Amino acid sequence: MRRLKRIAERMVEGLLTLSGGVTSLAILLIIIFLFKEGLGLFNSPNVEKGYSLCVNSSNEIVRLNPLQIKNIFDYEVSNWQEVGGADEEIMPFRFDEIFSQYSDEELGEDYALLPQRLSEVIAKHPNIIAFLPQKYTPKDEASVKVLPTKNISFADFFGGKEWLPTATPSPLYGLLPLLLGTLWVSIFAILIALPLGLGVAIYLSELATEHAGKFLKPAIELLAGIPSVVYGFFGLVVLVPLVQRSLNLPVGETAFTGSLILAIMALPTIITVAEDAMRNTPRAMREASLALGATHWQTIYKVVVPYASSGISAAVVLGVGRAIGETMAVLMVTGNAAAMPRSLFESVRTIPATIAAELGEAPAGGAHYQSLFLLGCILFVITMMVSISAEVISKRQYSKGV
Amino acid sequence: MNKKTSQKVAFLTFRLLGLLVVGILFWILGFIVYNGIGIISWEFLTTAPKEGMTAGGILPAIVGTLCLVVGSVIFAFPLGVMSGIYMVEYAKNGWVVKLIRVMTNNLGSIPSVVFGLFGMALFVNTLGFGDSIIAGSLTLGLLVLPLIIRTTEEALKAIPSSFRTGSLALGATKLQTIRRVVLPMAFPNIITGLILSVGRISGETAPILFTVAAYFLPKLPHSIFDQVMALPYHLYVIATSGTDIEASRPIAYGTALVLIAIVLFMNTLAGMLRRYFGKKVKTN
Repeated sequence: MRRLKRIAERMVEGLLTLSGGVTSLAILLIIIFLFKEGLGLFNSPNVEKGYSLCVNSSNEIVRLNPLQIKNIFDYEVSNWQEVGGADEEIMPFRFDEIFSQYSDEELGEDYALLPQRLSEVIAKHPNIIAFLPQKYTPKDEASVKVLPTKNISFADFFGGKEWLPTATPSPLYGLLPLLLGTLWVSIFAILIALPLGLGVAIYLSELATEHAGKFLKPAIELLAGIPSVVYGFFGLVVLVPLVQRSLNLPVGETAFTGSLILAIMALPTIITVAEDAMRNTPRAMREASLALGATHWQTIYKVVVPYASSGISAAVVLGVGRAIGETMAVLMVTGNAAAMPRSLFESVRTIPATIAAELGEAPAGGAHYQSLFLLGCILFVITMMVSISAEVISKRQYSKGV
Repeated sequence: MNKKTSQKVAFLTFRLLGLLVVGILFWILGFIVYNGIGIISWEFLTTAPKEGMTAGGILPAIVGTLCLVVGSVIFAFPLGVMSGIYMVEYAKNGWVVKLIRVMTNNLGSIPSVVFGLFGMALFVNTLGFGDSIIAGSLTLGLLVLPLIIRTTEEALKAIPSSFRTGSLALGATKLQTIRRVVLPMAFPNIITGLILSVGRISGETAPILFTVAAYFLPKLPHSIFDQVMALPYHLYVIATSGTDIEASRPIAYGTALVLIAIVLFMNTLAGMLRRYFGKKVKTN
């Protein structure tokens, strides 16, 4: 009986030990699943899956990059010379156009003659570029040259300036507009929140009476507790019209609006961390400063704030981290235009907002789906770096204090 | 400017900034309460949405959020408490503990939308749960795990070691000491973590977007493999993409009010518990 009890106890203790590793396991799984899906993007062809691009075999073109393909089919590039070919006008041809050129009879039963008809079209027009399903692509025809598809490259993703994941024939997965949009909104949010948060932190740690602190601290906790979707809703119905009217803009859904709401959301983090850092200033240092004849305010900005500077930097870093990862509020107020951000008063789109807005429509396993996971990886790496650097910075404060 | 005046100006500014923060809070809360209180009625809380979500109530969303809260707590609370017990009572101070602590902190700093991605990849697609309560609960559970672990650790650390040595000296085993002495004393503070996570779970939107939340589903769930509506997602939907955004505005205010009431009630309750029991432990 006693032995049985001992065994049971051992088992429980083993279970406890196992559960200690649960967070590490979770992180490991997150990394595996995120990167497995995300890196799959680089194995996807840069033309929509299951389709190919064909040109007349007299065409000198050997290869086109996704941006060129997109420009051709958007009629932004109209001459082969611009993409490295002869000085001839480009004739983009989409698959459905075949049905307006040939009758059902000419296409044969079950479209058996379709590849043949397509090769006729391509042979007839030397400057054509045709976007066709692989199933109907003419094979082994002397007059047709199928352009080789390349996989999406690192440069396409990390250097791409356009995010058009649903464009046909060649979707564009350019990280830059989203990354810049995210940084733009977050950094400006911190620029608003930092002076405010620092002021409140100074007030709380240096000036506030116990009574005032008892009132202000729970208020800050409540501010931290409001769900982000409620912030988003508030931003949408209050801040968006307010920004539009007061700045006289065509739309109120701008990067600036996003920064405002993010600034409010980052305030509690900044205040709490900065206040803690300032409270840690040794009493002796304050007293020495006061004894030298400095006023309370001089002591604060010449002794307390410099002493707490690493804690304050940690507060800034954590605030940025919170802002970068914020999804719902930003999604609801920034307008989500996926273009390179040019001004604060235009619509931008952030990485988390892109994931939230597009994942529902992206078919699982496709390139679009994978690209959103890759965005998740980027977000994961950024926040990891943020949280580790915040830890390193605040450690510095402790070693300085000893 | 002489130094007395500059001090006066600076301090006045800081006082005003403190007031500003309180002002912002009251602005947001006041706005939601003022606009939402009119729509709240028994009927609003107990009927399903009607006419393209421009009329009716929000019962399915309330029930859905309740399911998610219960589901994630069942999963995360025992696991988090066990993990906390291991960290405080068993783990020796070495690199393993340091690693685990870093991992726990990092898990807590991962953006919620990344949890959503992960939940979709693992629970919805790989394990084949589909969009379901169980997939959403597991995702949300992981999200609050660091919070539960941290509060458990703090609660356990607050128990003076004399209680442990006393119990061990009476011949109790380590596990008996934990179960009979340490845990009962730390219990109120551990519960604080539970309440805080309930508030967090009820308010999170991004993790449930792709793992459980339904756009519109008037019937209530029958099993853990059903989709549900949830309050935060419902608010997002009717605020941004409903069939008639203007007509459903009152419903949106009402939903926001219910959501904020739940979350703030949980946070206030946790804060009060912590203050009350914090004092009690100190006097011991």
